Amino acid sequence: MSFAAIHIPDFIVQAVVRGEAALRERAVAIVEGTAPLWSVVAANRRAAQVGIELGMAKSQAAQFTDMEIRHRSPVQEKTTHEALLDLGWSVSPRVENSAPDTIVLDLTGLSGLFGTEEKIAQELAKRGSGLGLSARIAIAENIEVAILASRGMPGITLIPPGEEAKRLRTLPVRTLLPAPEILETLTRWGVETCGRLAALPVIQLSERLGQEGVRLHTLARGALVRSQVLAKPSDNFQEEMELDDSVEELESLSFVLGRLLDQLCERLAARSLSARSIRMEFELERSFEKGLQLSADADQHKLLPRKFEKILALPVPMRDSKLLLKLVRLRLQSDPPPAAVIKIMLSAEADRVRTTQRGLFLPASPEPEKLELTMARLANLVGDANVGSPQLMDTHRPDAIRMERFRLAQEAAGGRKKKPIAAADKSVEKNSSASRIVKPANGFRLLRPRVPACVELREGLPARVFFQGSHGEIVAASGPWRTSGEWWQDPWDQAEWDVEVRFSASAQKNRRSANPAGERGLYLIYYDLRQQGWFLRGMYD
Amino acid sequence: MRSNLATLRSDVELSLAGRVVSPFGYRDRKSVETVLTGIPEIDALAGGFPRGALTEICGPPCSGRTTVLLSALASRTADAEVCALIDARDSFDPRSAEAAGVELQQLLWVRCRGLDQSLRAADLVIQGGGFGFIALDLSDVAPEMVRHVPLNAWFRFRRAVEDTSTVLLVLEQESNAKTCASLVLRMSLKTAKWSGAGKGNVKDKTAGINATGIKTTEISRHSRGGLAQKVLAKEWLAQAGLAHARLLDGSDVQAEMLHTRMQSINFQQAQNEFRQAQNGPVSIGRRFAGRDFANSSDGFERSDTQSFSAQSVWTYLHALPVEAKLK
Repeated sequence: MSFAAIHIPDFIVQAVVRGEAALRERAVAIVEGTAPLWSVVAANRRAAQVGIELGMAKSQAAQFTDMEIRHRSPVQEKTTHEALLDLGWSVSPRVENSAPDTIVLDLTGLSGLFGTEEKIAQELAKRGSGLGLSARIAIAENIEVAILASRGMPGITLIPPGEEAKRLRTLPVRTLLPAPEILETLTRWGVETCGRLAALPVIQLSERLGQEGVRLHTLARGALVRSQVLAKPSDNFQEEMELDDSVEELESLSFVLGRLLDQLCERLAARSLSARSIRMEFELERSFEKGLQLSADADQHKLLPRKFEKILALPVPMRDSKLLLKLVRLRLQSDPPPAAVIKIMLSAEADRVRTTQRGLFLPASPEPEKLELTMARLANLVGDANVGSPQLMDTHRPDAIRMERFRLAQEAAGGRKKKPIAAADKSVEKNSSASRIVKPANGFRLLRPRVPACVELREGLPARVFFQGSHGEIVAASGPWRTSGEWWQDPWDQAEWDVEVRFSASAQKNRRSANPAGERGLYLIYYDLRQQGWFLRGMYD
Repeated sequence: MRSNLATLRSDVELSLAGRVVSPFGYRDRKSVETVLTGIPEIDALAGGFPRGALTEICGPPCSGRTTVLLSALASRTADAEVCALIDARDSFDPRSAEAAGVELQQLLWVRCRGLDQSLRAADLVIQGGGFGFIALDLSDVAPEMVRHVPLNAWFRFRRAVEDTSTVLLVLEQESNAKTCASLVLRMSLKTAKWSGAGKGNVKDKTAGINATGIKTTEISRHSRGGLAQKVLAKEWLAQAGLAHARLLDGSDVQAEMLHTRMQSINFQQAQNEFRQAQNGPVSIGRRFAGRDFANSSDGFERSDTQSFSAQSVWTYLHALPVEAKLK
């Protein structure tokens, strides 16, 4: 049984750099505190090389050239830690959450998937790089030895069984994370490495440093044995970013959104999952003028939200960050945040990856991801309510329909494949409307909104009709057909007529169509008994 | 003269070298796959709608364009294809479409407000790809407005569907796509078909005038209204023997093929069959391609037009059993 420890050096710096890829090759110092007493709490190796020291004031650090100074972000540290755990779960189901910057994996049984321990370590380093993490990896049979080696040795370290004490010998004592007073004592004794500490007699060390001294001694020898404490896999995929300056324009915001979506999708990919929906939460800035107004009027304080939320529901699970960014942008274009944004939080509802495979002889259909993008663009163009699949409502009220979200047949069937209706099956489907029609059904076009009409009655029957600047003789009519219903809410009461109209030659000048004179048309007109007027409902085309 | 032409030709070929392979070479027209429209007469006339090409159906209002559209939609959705309808004036009637056999769940309906919006929506849907059938309904847009659509828009549409399996259908009052359209059909209404008593002119009808108000009120008590009401009303009134008890049964529509650039697979198959029957070669004209199938026993007429009857939705419902009506 062997364990792999993954340690993120300069964790505080890496948490910030992970969100800004451009900082990876730069000297970065992280400051913390209350203004103006900001002091450096972390710095990467490049910054240390040029002279940055911990505890240095921000103003001092700013005097160095080519130095990037950022504020410490607990939010980003939290998401980076979650990303580190996702890295572990992407390889092994048994992961220990040892510290914010360190995890331990049980590698038992992984050789069949990845090969040797060295290859496992290389795979971990590669995946960590994909998540924006530069990790140190150590593999040993002892958990504590693996952790110590990952803290103290750069790159990938493999410690064979029996060589623990030998390999740990050169590590500094501070790698053992002793209490400050014990570290001071050891330094005073001249004990600076694990090897020197391991060479001390245990009983005398116990007399001077107590049980903590014995524990450190055992650690330094690589002889501390303990069981792995497993962490429970989390389905919480969340990425947050606090902005130094508020952002109002969508174009600028999309850069940040893209970065967060990249990180989110990388984490999902590490766990072999996809996003079923993306929840966007924006913390809004309250402007000075609005703040004054709000303080004056407490009621309005409730009206202006501090947060702006949007949920992007996806028809199929997806994790293409570029596609998701387009969808998010389209959604925000149609409904942008009402004020400048100072903090962004994206969270994904995880789902399994879509694994459906279409049949070879099935008709082509749009890719679900592309279809979703097309639908979003269409909704942006014509409005959300004007795109979809029409569904008839259970009423006889004219034009009683509702628009539903358009979904492909496979998705509607919950991933089950829907067979195309074969020619032989068509004959079986005797009850389907399509198969019952021998002749094509006469098409009908509805006029929305209804068109007012003037109808001239002759002996109680419609004889002439005037609408939209045109008029004609009614040469045949069928009706009236009374339709009424829904007396309990907004009732309707209408008398319908199917009429055949022959337009007069003089009317052709006014008609918008290029019909020849004397042309006939079939229309459906009705008399609204409540409004006492005639209207044109549509035409048979 | 001959040498001048040869020089001119070589000059043109040199200037187009690298951009056009053989500017004066004959380019074989590919045989295209076609899909059935669901109306046998139109399939016989044009061989169906070509895939990967633009088809125009034009005609005045009430000429049967929507009938063809619904029939094609029913045919395509029955084959499990995903269809899209870009409705320029929001005039699509889902109820009659469902009665015509359209699977509404497989239809993406985009309700636009005007020509510009509908063209942009059509562009998005076509670029999205994967749709088996896309209909751009400009039927209710004034022809003078559609006439101002720049030709490059039609070129763009044609190029976008080329080499795909998408059928792009445009419904309008006049043909505007010019050479971009692979098939142009013109529809016209021949006659409306009325059934029941009192088939004459409205002016001749006097019986039942006074009774209409009372009788129809009684009818509405017997049923819930809407389509089923009309069917039951017809039965009731026919039994009562009233003069106005008649229904619009449908209409006779004429389809004329104005232009075709396609030699469809179905069409070639029909041509081969015709050759075998005639024992001799038959030429196909580019313009009225149906004309050469003269007096064929296969059902082709000696003309570039075909007529068919469209059945009223109400009559169709009347033919259904009661349980189907209730569904």
